[in-house]
Amino acid sequence: MLLVALGAALGALARHLTQHVVATRRPSTFPWAVLAVNLVGSLLLGAVFAAAQDGGLPEGLATGIGVGFCGALTTYSTFSYDTLRLVEERAYALAATSVVLNVVGSVLAAAAGWALLA
Amino acid sequence: MQVPTARRDGPLQADVLLAVALGGAVGALLRYALGRLTGPSEQGWPWATFAENLSGSLLLGALLVVVVERGRGHRLARAFLGVGVLGSFTTMSAYGLETQQLLLADRPALAAAYAGCTLVGALLAVLLGVRAARGLVPQKEP
Repeated sequence: MLLVALGAALGALARHLTQHVVATRRPSTFPWAVLAVNLVGSLLLGAVFAAAQDGGLPEGLATGIGVGFCGALTTYSTFSYDTLRLVEERAYALAATSVVLNVVGSVLAAAAGWALLA
Repeated sequence: MQVPTARRDGPLQADVLLAVALGGAVGALLRYALGRLTGPSEQGWPWATFAENLSGSLLLGALLVVVVERGRGHRLARAFLGVGVLGSFTTMSAYGLETQQLLLADRPALAAAYAGCTLVGALLAVLLGVRAARGLVPQKEP
């Protein structure tokens, strides 16, 4: 439980800092930061899940990284809010692109991470 | 009225970072607890993640209307509750992995239904949260 809390604190901070850096350096209507953390977190979770399955990673550590860090680094609520915002701004193409890249991307990234260590 | 774009380009502040980290830990512990309560769902519909992503989206929509559009709430409410608790409570990585594992288990229909229902449900939930908060919360008196 302590590892979940610690991993999550780091994950949420990493997500916030990514959003900060993107907003400062590369301001854009498209939610790049959320897409980036969602893909990286899904890739890592896939790898952690595979490593834990064959016993290569202790369960506590796997839960701390997987449920804590990856779970907190990635987010669905900001993704849905950003999508609604793009729709209300009538930026339909950007909204659709974000949906496809996040949804298909997170599944493919998890699959890639999983295949890496399975 | 349009959903305002989040401003995230101000300088980094220590209390904001602390609020994000603490909120992130709280959100993940709630998600962990919910996952433990519902038990493993390797063979079926991942109810815990599904419920987290929909409820978290609804609450974030409402919260951001209250804080950003209505100018209400504590200065750190957005960092703690929005970026921290709700950002961490909802998750894309478990969604991706669960969908991939359903595909791997040769259950493509269930995988597609889960991926699609989460997406549509979360978008409807955030819309509901935004609309409800706009209807219920008046603008702050100047």
